[in-house]
This record gives sequence, C-alpha cells and structure tokens, in this order.
Amino acid sequence: MLKQTIAVTLLNLRSIPQRWGMSLATVLSIALVVGVLLGFMAMASGFRATVDGAGADDVAVMLRGGAMAEMNSVVERNDVRLLEVAPGIAADESGEPIISAELFVVVDGIKRTSQTRANLALRGVGLSGPELRPQFSLVEGRMFEPGTAELVVGESVLREFDGFALGETIRLGSNEWTVVGVFSTGGSVFDSEIWADLGVIQNLYDRGSSVQTVRARLTSVEALEALQEYVENEPRLNLEVLSERAYFARSAGGTTNLIMFLGWPLAFAMAIGALAGAWNAMYASVDARTRELATLRAIGFGGFPAFVAAMAEALVLAFAGGLIGAVATFLLFDGVSASTLGSGFTQVVFAFAVTPDAVISGVILALIVGFLGGFVPALRAARIPLLAVHSD
Amino acid sequence: MTDASGLYELKNLSKRYTRGKETVAIFDGLDMTISQGDFIAIMGPSGSGKTTLLNLLGGIDRPSSGEVLFEGQRIDNLGQGKLAKWRAKNAGFIFQFYNLMPTLSAAQNVELPLLLTNLSGKARKDRVKTALDIVGMVDRAGHRPAQLSGGQQQRVAIARAIVADPKVLLADEPTGDLDRTTADEILQTLQLLNKELGKTIIMVTHDPAAASYAARELHLNKGRFEEKGKA
Repeated sequence: MLKQTIAVTLLNLRSIPQRWGMSLATVLSIALVVGVLLGFMAMASGFRATVDGAGADDVAVMLRGGAMAEMNSVVERNDVRLLEVAPGIAADESGEPIISAELFVVVDGIKRTSQTRANLALRGVGLSGPELRPQFSLVEGRMFEPGTAELVVGESVLREFDGFALGETIRLGSNEWTVVGVFSTGGSVFDSEIWADLGVIQNLYDRGSSVQTVRARLTSVEALEALQEYVENEPRLNLEVLSERAYFARSAGGTTNLIMFLGWPLAFAMAIGALAGAWNAMYASVDARTRELATLRAIGFGGFPAFVAAMAEALVLAFAGGLIGAVATFLLFDGVSASTLGSGFTQVVFAFAVTPDAVISGVILALIVGFLGGFVPALRAARIPLLAVHSD
Repeated sequence: MTDASGLYELKNLSKRYTRGKETVAIFDGLDMTISQGDFIAIMGPSGSGKTTLLNLLGGIDRPSSGEVLFEGQRIDNLGQGKLAKWRAKNAGFIFQFYNLMPTLSAAQNVELPLLLTNLSGKARKDRVKTALDIVGMVDRAGHRPAQLSGGQQQRVAIARAIVADPKVLLADEPTGDLDRTTADEILQTLQLLNKELGKTIIMVTHDPAAASYAARELHLNKGRFEEKGKA
C-alpha cells in the first residue's frame, strides 16, 4: 500500500506543472492570506516590542485608580505629598525623592508637510522629569526656568512642526511661549512632546494643583512591591501603581489587540476565499486526471492512494503559498518603520517584526486551507468510476 | 498450444442501463465460454455492447444479473478491494488511447502494475526490461509518452499490460487510433503474445482487418453472439 501511495503521490505532484495556471492561482491566493495575517501580526508584535522596550522596570507610574491612561487620570496635590514620603522611592544627592508629578494638555501644532493642525502633547513636568527618562539630553539651548512661560521641545516636534525653532515665540491657545531648548529621549514616545514647567501649565489651564500622573524612580526593581503595598494600605490614596514597563505594555495592549482583532478576521475572511480557490483548483486537478486515476484503478491500484495523492497536492500547494506569503511579508515588512497614535495622544514609532511564531501560525493557516480545500476533491479522486478509463 | 479448459464462463449474463425512465438492455441472457489461450475478436455495430462486455470480463463493471466465472470462481460479486486485487493479478488492459501517465517515462509506466507486487526494485527493473524488449521498445525506455508516436505509445501500453504476467489481455480498439501499417505491427505483436506466450487475448474492434488477426471472431448483435469461422 505504501509503495502504491508513494507512486501515485509522486505521479500527482509531477503533473502539477501541467495545471500551472490553476495551481499558481491557488498558491498565490493562499500566499495573500498568509501575507495579510503575517502583516498584521508583524505590526502587532513590532508595536508591542517597541513599547515594551521603552519602559523601565525601576520607574513607577502612578495614576488614579481605574484610569486606564494618563488622559483620564487626576492625582491631587495631597496625594503627591503622600507619595513623596512613600517607601521604595529613590532620593537624589540632597535627599529629595526623585519624583515627578506631571500633567499634559493637548495643544495645536502646524504640521510642516501638510500645513494642517495636529494634536501635540504639552507636558508639565517638575525638575525631576528629565531624571526619570534616562535617555534625556538637551540637544540645543537650555532647560526652562520654573515659573516662566518657557518651553523645551522634543526633536520630533522640531522636525515635524512649524514654529518651534530655538528662540522663537509661539502662541499655543491663548498663551505665548518662548522655545528655550530642544531635547531628545533617544527616539522614545516623549520626543513627540513639548515640555514646560508644571506650575505654569496648571495655572494657565486652570488645573489648580492637580496633576495626572506621578513618576518615581525606585530604589530597586523589587521596591515596586513596597510602594504598591504602601499605596494600598494608605486609605487617603486611591491610586494604581505600575512599573513603567507594565504601564506601556498596557497602553500598547489596546492597540495590539485592535491590530490583532482586525488582522485575524480579515485573514479568516480571505482564507475562506482562498479555500474556495483551492477547492476549485483541486477539483480541476482531479477532473483533469480522471482517466489517469481510472486507469490506475483498472490496473489494480486502490482508491486510498488516489485520496492521499490529491491531499498531498493540495497540501504542497498550500505549503508553497504559506511559504511565499511568509517570505514576501518578511522581505516587505520586517523592520519597516511605522507610527501610530498610542494611548492618549502620544505618537508611537515602531518597526514591523515578522517573528518565527508568526511564520509558523501563517504556515499552519495555509495548511488548514489546503487540507479543507483538498479533502472533498480528494474523496472524489478516490471514487473515480472505473469506466472513466474509456473517457477521451 | 494451450489446453482447452474454460478460462471464462459467462452464465445468463445481462446488462441494463437506465436512461431517464427508460431501461435499455445491452444484452440479456448471454452465455459464453472462453478457453485459455484463445485470441478472440469481438465485433459488432456501435452500441452493441462490445466494450461493456470487455468491462465485465475485466472486472471494471458489474452485470445487472448473471455470473462471470474466471477459472471457475465468480468475479462479478467480489468486493471492490478483492476485485482490484483480481485485476492486478489476472488482467492486463490495452486501451484505444493508450492511457499512459504523461509525466512518467515508458519504463516507469510499464513498472506501475509491478508496484502492486512484492517484487524487489531490481526484479521490477528486470521485468520492465523484458516487457519492453518483447514489444521492441527497450531503446525508448526513458522517453515520455509525448516523445513517442501513437504506435510506440501503444507498444508501451502493451508492455504495461503484460509486465505482471496476467492470464488475460483485454484490448479495447487497440488499433483504433493508428494508421494501417502501425496497426498491423501492433496486431502482429498481440498475435505473437498469444502464440508464443500463450496469453489469452480478448480484443474489441470494429475493424475486420484487425479482427482477422484473432483466432476467433464473435459478432455481437442485438445482445446475441454470432460466431464466424476463420478462413
């Protein structure tokens, strides 16, 4: 039986070039399905990798309990006071806790390329703000003076928006600001922000003494637990404490899930199309070989080898499609840079990442399409009537 | 040349088809005996059931009623699997359009029936060479069907039919697609197989010239045989 099956399978596979049009259409449609799926997966995993990588484990981010993002969080001045004396928070040389209460408002900027208005984050930070971003450096100018309407702008803002050159005065809303410095945080999300003194922003935007987030440098990664315990046991505090990495991962989670929720159903819908294509191609293949298959049966071959051979053809075509889809996606997308809005209005720049896991998922999807598309035609191949030996 | 024992015995054989509401009888109550070593030409007008009879003898179709006995055993009531095994062991088929596998070489085509046996690779190669030698196609062993003429393809098909040493060769219009000269060569080969190797051959043809190579001519007409004596 094995000898028969191998012989008929080889016979079948060798005849694929005779039906190259249909076969190629099947391969390409499956490649497209896998390409779309992998494209979405690469986007999701690239986004996640970038955002995961941006966060530090020894920086704590504190938001109001239940606020999923900075935008919806409010932290009162009293809360900040209580946090300043919390355990696990590192102190600077003068013994002051390295903690930064922050607030951000959305302002309009004019995009250089399109001359249209776009949202920009204007963040109010304390003097510890830069200290909590290890890659922070001033590229030009100086830091703003506390209590003045001075700004420092991220490199991306300077690059992409008009009117932020060093020394320029710019009107944001009803207020005039002077740009006194340009900073970089090494390409992270903060490069797309404008920073100013926290007190000035609270004042100009009527925020009283409240902020949105509090960032703190921890004495160690493990100190996060002590801080969380303190906040939990302090009845005056209703805050959530996360490591910066966890905070970013959660912010990315929504976007990642969104990408995956778009990706899988789209790939699935396309897979149904490819399935119909594979089914059709396999039917055509079996029909084209009706007389051959009947002749083999007349010689004494069983129906099972014909079934296996047809399945093998479907799976080989599907595998080829899966592989082509994966390789094409890798060549086209792996490492390609893209950007999207993260949680809040922060722009996140990330690179597509085609991972081995994604490739395996893609190839498995292709094989499922091949299996389902080949099964019924293969049954037909096994049941070709013997009398078809006389067909022309 | 052969013993006269009955190889095939057909008893009260009927074959009917249903076309719409109408039932058409191809033949009804046919009796016949074929001896080992016979070379029979079955002739008759179109639709007389020549090919149907060949299909029944070859176990690729089943009668509506009656019995087909081969060496005293009924084959008409065997299950699919057993019938396939019976065909592999006992019957070699030769078709009008050769029915070769286009992607296989001549030798690989001839080897196909041997894949159903327990012969070793070397033994299979030897048998293939012998079969190709008998039909004069050894030097074309590596050619694909598309690289061969019609007559050469039919020779390869005959080699395939005899390679597993079946007891009976069933040929359906084996020269129907060939010119006269080539047809004569093929028919001489069949005659040789009958006379020298003692193969029983049952050949369906509408061509009297082809039928003249056979030892017996049976004319099937309106479901009955008329035997014509040989000159």
